[in-house]
Amino acid sequence: MFTLNDIMDTHAFSLEHKEKDELYLQALSDLTKHHYARCSQYKRLLDLLGFVPDQFKRVEDIPFIPVRLFKKYDLLSVERSQVIKTMTSSGTTGQSVSKIFLDKDTSAYQTRVLTKLVSCFIGKKRLPMLVIDSRSAIKDRNLFSARGAGILGFSMFGYDIAYALDDQMQLDIPLIQAFIEKHKDEQVLLFGFTYMIWEHFYSVLKAAGIKLALNNGIIIHGGGWKKLVEQSVDNDTFKKSIFDISGIARIYNYYGMVEQTGSIFMECEAGYLHASIFSDILIRDHRDFSSLPAGKEGLMQLLSLLPLSYPGHSILSEDVGKILGEDNCPCGRKGKYFKIIGRIKNAEVRGCSDTYAAGA
Amino acid sequence: MLPAPDNRVQYLVGKSDGTLCVQPLVPYDELVCEFLNSLSAALLSDEAAKLYPDVISFAYWCRKANIARLKREFAETHIRLGLGMVFHITPSNVPINFAFSYAFSLLAGNANIVRAPTKDFPQTRVVCGAVSQLFAEEKYRKIADMTAFIKYAQDDEITSCFSARCNARIIWGGDQAINNIRRLAIPERSIEVAFADRYSLCVIDGNSILQADNETLNRLASSFYNDTYLMDQNACSSPNLIVWLGKGDGLTEAKERFWACIYHVTASKYELHPLNAVDKYMLVCENAIELNNITGFKRHGNYLYRIELNSLPDDMDALRGKYGYFYEYHAEDINSIAHIINTKYQTLTYFGVDKSQLLDFIVKNRLSGIDRIVPIGSALDISVIWDGYDIVKSLSRIIDFK
Repeated sequence: MFTLNDIMDTHAFSLEHKEKDELYLQALSDLTKHHYARCSQYKRLLDLLGFVPDQFKRVEDIPFIPVRLFKKYDLLSVERSQVIKTMTSSGTTGQSVSKIFLDKDTSAYQTRVLTKLVSCFIGKKRLPMLVIDSRSAIKDRNLFSARGAGILGFSMFGYDIAYALDDQMQLDIPLIQAFIEKHKDEQVLLFGFTYMIWEHFYSVLKAAGIKLALNNGIIIHGGGWKKLVEQSVDNDTFKKSIFDISGIARIYNYYGMVEQTGSIFMECEAGYLHASIFSDILIRDHRDFSSLPAGKEGLMQLLSLLPLSYPGHSILSEDVGKILGEDNCPCGRKGKYFKIIGRIKNAEVRGCSDTYAAGA
Repeated sequence: MLPAPDNRVQYLVGKSDGTLCVQPLVPYDELVCEFLNSLSAALLSDEAAKLYPDVISFAYWCRKANIARLKREFAETHIRLGLGMVFHITPSNVPINFAFSYAFSLLAGNANIVRAPTKDFPQTRVVCGAVSQLFAEEKYRKIADMTAFIKYAQDDEITSCFSARCNARIIWGGDQAINNIRRLAIPERSIEVAFADRYSLCVIDGNSILQADNETLNRLASSFYNDTYLMDQNACSSPNLIVWLGKGDGLTEAKERFWACIYHVTASKYELHPLNAVDKYMLVCENAIELNNITGFKRHGNYLYRIELNSLPDDMDALRGKYGYFYEYHAEDINSIAHIINTKYQTLTYFGVDKSQLLDFIVKNRLSGIDRIVPIGSALDISVIWDGYDIVKSLSRIIDFK
């Protein structure tokens, strides 16, 4: 049986296609068998879909489950008594949320892998850290929301952590100025969710005409572009705008989801998202779920070697993306690099349903 | 007086001074029939209308021969008049339904206020354009005075206002929508006709599939496609359950032959949206987890999903597929599925089955549901008899004369 310890000492972006493919076929087959034996719902659906967990010949034959399944069912591959944390996605009120059950091992793997991945971009040393969020986001430590978990997860890379927003989500400019003054000769780390940084940090500073002296800063941000796409803000605009008000040139986006915490996809210096040795992506044609080659847009299947306590090692997301290449990114890292096109759009549903309830 | 047009209510067709003549006509009044014939001719010669099959099928329904046939079939011995004013609330996601609803009620002799879909469908514009043009002619003035097509975003105040003045209210919509609207009162003497969520099934004789030649089968596949995929399998009369009749042996072959043809049609015609592909995959995962009566699952790409059941639960109507997702069941005798039929069931489509056998199934088993038995291909053909009502009769009153 594959264990993650087998590759914990391997460089996170070192495996070339052939090696990674062999590793993934073995590891994902093992994980599929593991969850098949332990999670009754997972077994039922593999049985109906006709998958036999011993007989995978290619990585693309490994079954995937729709990400929405975690919203509908409690999927566990461990006894409930083993669960030490339950992570939830950050749905708005009224929406159902994903529930992800973590035991000690999976939780520890998530932390170790995240540390390893992020240190490839910002180094191993802890940095003074400014969180672009309010402290209240991490208050409830039992039920881990994606937002709270993200902040706590990334807090490992910081010390002297300051929160840039107060409980009313107002930017605390004096606090930020003090933080900058205190650490003016050091490299500093800023972390936050893409939308929060744009809305509560950039927009406020821009409106107030304030420029910060953060030339030594690094930003890591994630959480999705949905709201920014609505405002026609793309990654380039984002980077340039942030640079203009802060002087920060090193801005890294990451793509990740609560269903696969830890094995995130980081944006490299060339501006592309990268799969590390801990995760991978496949692009699926929605017409038959066949696997598409680089350059073609399709539904993203996300693979992660971390999930042991819940069957989340192979998930069909609702994001559309495209693989740009493998092992040949100008940044020098091995593995696939890709681009997210966006969330799949809502379809127009035909049929004689709601006159009224849908508020049409 | 009706509420004047303001920023909430938009009058698509009808006089903007808010007056409406609510004096009824007799059913199948000659002027009304002539008006519908003219509307048919206008739409059939309209270049813009040709782009929309649903507009064309409405135009085709209004044509002279069809209206004349309906009038003959009406064969009423009583003297009747329309009820007065009918208020129609039509589905927001079916562009042409409002036009049918209007035509049915007009044939019954009523003045009509029709709430058209809020969304800006080109089909709505085409129909409203043709109607407005006819209303400009002096001879249709009487009908113009009895007609208003309106548009407004969901608003209880406006709905209440029209409801309080109507002699009949027609609601097309989901159960939730109907319940919401029912809370808004109509006058004591007024009636309500609600077309609620329904469930439909299809009965196919396996042997007949095996015996059909290729041409018949291809035509059947295309008919089945029109019944289902054309409306994302989301219309009340689109089947969710396919019941196969016949003895075991050739049945597997019959099924494969039938579905291979369906797949062929869908793969060339159906535009499967990525989100709907994910929805179907999600549903099969849910079914796998929740149902204990599944004996098989077959996938033809993502265009066609088939779930084979070895028993039908009493609440079968809770299992609904969309975008080409069917539950299949094999019954040697159709009477063995009588237990699932309840008032939710609307249309039974069939192929290769004796009609009288199907009629017996409903009548002899004293079933509370299934209002229509039509061949595969006619599931969506709406007309004055729908959901078990003769709409023209329901929307007119008898003058008892002795």
